[in-house]
Parts: sequence; structure tokens; C-alpha cells
Amino acid sequence: MPFSSLWRPSAPLATLRLRAELLAQIRAFFLARGVLEVETPVLSAAAITDPHLASFSTRYFGPGPHHGGMLYLHTSPEFPMKRLLAAGSGCIYQIARVFRDGEAGRRHNLEFTLLEWYRLGFDHHRLMDEVAELVTQLLADRMALGRPERLSYGELFQQYLALNPYRSSISQLAACAEARNVSIPAGMPPDDPDPWLDLLLTHCLEPRLGLGRLSFIYDYPASQAALARLRPGDPPVGERFELYLNGIELANGFHELGDATEQRRRFEQENASRQALGLPRMPVDNRLLAALESGLPDCAGVALGLDRLAMLAVGARSLTEVLAFPLDRA
Amino acid sequence: MATYSTNEFKSGLKIMLDGDPYAIVENEFVKPGKGQAFNRVKVRNLKTGRVIERTFKSGDTAEGADVVDVELQYLYNDGEYWHFMDPQSYEQLTADAAAMGDAGKWLKEEAICQVTLWNGVPLSVAPPNFVIMTIVETDPGLRGDTSGGGGKPATLETGAVVRVPLFVQSGEVIKVDTRTGDYVSRVKE
Repeated sequence: MPFSSLWRPSAPLATLRLRAELLAQIRAFFLARGVLEVETPVLSAAAITDPHLASFSTRYFGPGPHHGGMLYLHTSPEFPMKRLLAAGSGCIYQIARVFRDGEAGRRHNLEFTLLEWYRLGFDHHRLMDEVAELVTQLLADRMALGRPERLSYGELFQQYLALNPYRSSISQLAACAEARNVSIPAGMPPDDPDPWLDLLLTHCLEPRLGLGRLSFIYDYPASQAALARLRPGDPPVGERFELYLNGIELANGFHELGDATEQRRRFEQENASRQALGLPRMPVDNRLLAALESGLPDCAGVALGLDRLAMLAVGARSLTEVLAFPLDRA
Repeated sequence: MATYSTNEFKSGLKIMLDGDPYAIVENEFVKPGKGQAFNRVKVRNLKTGRVIERTFKSGDTAEGADVVDVELQYLYNDGEYWHFMDPQSYEQLTADAAAMGDAGKWLKEEAICQVTLWNGVPLSVAPPNFVIMTIVETDPGLRGDTSGGGGKPATLETGAVVRVPLFVQSGEVIKVDTRTGDYVSRVKE
């Protein structure tokens, strides 16, 4: 690519107009439902502890609080939005630019736009209904969709791989990957099934999910609950869901964890995992924990990637076709 | 040799896998909604040409392969090895049959070839894209016979056999595309 043309947007202007239309439609959708649009800070003194998410950081030179300290760019607006919910905001949504270090590829860009919303009194199933309604509305006239499908994480692995994801041993997971010609990366842990399940999910399952229709996967293993509440049972599951369309992961939602003690335990556990992996510990969001202690209303929340939605709407193969200025032009 | 993190992977990068040198053909970053990220990498074995897929945990590293492409002049074949010379340094290098593949049949003395070296030793040899050679043997062919269009086999001075049109005769000089093995044209000398 000659240097001189890199000032131009990589997405066609027609696609940028479509993005603007999607934003207008989203705002109309939530206005009609009485969901309030909010804005929360991009920079925070606290950061996500998830070992698989890397936050950008910057130093603040003052004046005022955090003078001379580190600030982190958010990877999602989840924590401050939950503080608003605990403060009595009612149902809220936000269209936020978020940042994730180390993520670049056809379906990843280091900064991207998330639509995140929270619904009081919803569980993850009721929220899946609303996600399906919104996405179907946004993609109407742009692609033909079949009836949405819903599979639990257990059914997914059973149906496509004849495997029980909750009870299989590491050697069974490895044998399943080998039988499907998946190359097994060096350094896979001998005692933690989650990376093995992720390997099977990314290599064998995701490409087959949501072909021509919305595919919701729900009730993840407790170890992959992230910020979802656990439902006791045999096995216990995290009330979390993911949405796929044409093999692309579009959204992740939770029946939200409101228990401050459990949330603190997960933060600490994640920081311990970070340490074991040689990653820096991250400053825990104590204001979120205080908000949970004061009481989070029962709610479900979801984050949906708008750049990927635009990709699907125009049939693009890569995010560069829907971003004005991806990393190489930023 | 340097090591490369998956964050530095791009097509063309040469890395070592299981003791063999490979070139990255395609690199795809995949990550489930939450959880472990991977790089799914298509790599070509530079010894065999075979393309395979390898997966890395994102952030892991691979050792670089000391592989370079150089232009060398073909000197002669001693029956077992093919001898080449670096026209700048006059250094001589030998390639074995595995490195030569079927490149040998296209080489006349002094031909300039693209040679891939691994740790300084020829790993593969690419002949010039086009070569000019004399036909040493071909059937006379029937003048006026334009049917079929399939042509006829002709043996070149290096022993290579190519299909040529029926009107081309022994002793004539022709141009051949070595990438496809196809006759291109007659050449007037």
C-alpha cells in the first residue's frame, strides 16, 4: 500500500453512513422502551482483572485526585454502569468506545464500539429475547435470518462433538481436538480444562455457529462465569450467554452477579491467576464492590460489538471494511 | 537466531517448528468471547513445500529460522551434487537432489537461480522463470496436420521433455516457462 493513500478511510463512505444509521436505530429502539442513555469514564484508576483481557494504561500528571498515578482505559463500561444501577438509574444503555491491548486481526481491533445495556428484573433468557429482537430489527432488509436458536453450552458440545464439557478429562478433550485435526499448541495446561474448551470452541464450533440465524449459547461452566451469577446444580453453571451469527461472536451477556463477597473473591482469584501467568496484578474496582454491597437490583446485562454487526450487515470479511481508520491508518 | 512472539507473526516470516524451517503463509487471531486467545497459523515447510496449520497460544513465541534467498550462478552437476557460485563473493555452494527437486532439468551452465539457504546450505532451488534451449530430439511431425492441437513431445539439451507444436523441429531453439513446463515460442538466434 503506497504511504500516500493511507490518509483515506479503509471503509467505503456508504458503510460509514450505514454505521450512523445503525446508531440512530439503536437509540430509537431504547428510547421507545424507556431505557436511558448514559456515559461513563473511559479512564479509571481501577481495571479489569480477567487474565485474558489486557488494559491500556497511561499516567496522569494531575492536578487533583490520582495525581501522578496510573489510569486504565476501560475494556468495557460494565463497572461504572453497575454503579449507576446500584444508585437507582433504572434500565440503562451506553454506546462506548472500548480498548483492548493485544487484540488485532480480521475480527479484532485494539479499539472498538460496544453497545452495552442493562435491564432490571430480566434474567439472561429474557435478555436474549430482547437481543434477538434488536439484532433482527437492525439487520432486517440487510440479510435474511432464520429463526433464532438457543443451545446450552453443554448441549453445544454434546451435539457437535459428542463431549460433556463439564465432566471430560483433559486427555478426553485433547483426544477430541486431535481427532478433529486441531493442532495442539505448546504450553496447554495439564490441569485446567478451560483453555482446552476454548481451543475446541474456537477451532471446531464457532465457525459452525449461527449460520444464517442468531445462535445463542447459554449456561457456561462455573469457571467461565466471568461476571455472571452462578446457578447451583449438578453441575453448577454461570448464567452467561454468547450470541453468534455466521460464525462471528457478536455479544456476551450475564444474569448479573450482585453478591459483593463473591465478586471480591473472583477479582482476587483472577489476580492470583494473573500472577501465576506472569502478568501484572490489576487494581480492583473497590467502588464497584461498595456499590454491590449497597445493593445491585436484580438485572441482566449484555455487550454487543457494533463493528462486527456492521461487518455482518455489509457482508464484510474483515473489520477494516467497516472502520474508517483501523490500526494501520490510525 | 531471534525468537518471535505471535504478535510479530506475519506472512513471509520464517520460523522453526519440529526442527524444520517454515514460512508463515497466513496468521489468524482467534479469541472466544471470554478466555484464551489463539493464533491459527498456516505454515509452509520450506523443505517439502507442504502447508500445514499450527495453533499457538497468543503471546507464545517461536524461534526464527535462518533462511535467506540469494541469487547464485549454476556451474555444473558432478552426478551427485549441483554446484553453484555466488557471483559477488565467488563462494561455491552445493545442492543435493532434495534441494534441487526438478529444477535441475531446466539448468544450463551459468543460469542464475534463486536459491533458498537454510543455515547457509541450499534448501531449495528455483530455476529462471524462462529458459532458452535447443531441441535435441522430436518427431518430424506432419506438416499441415493442425488437428488435435496437442502437439508432440520434444527433448531439450538438458534432458527435459516439453510438448511443442507440430511445426517445431529438432535443432530449433525454443523458450520454455519453467513454472508450468509449457512451450512459449521459437527463438531466432
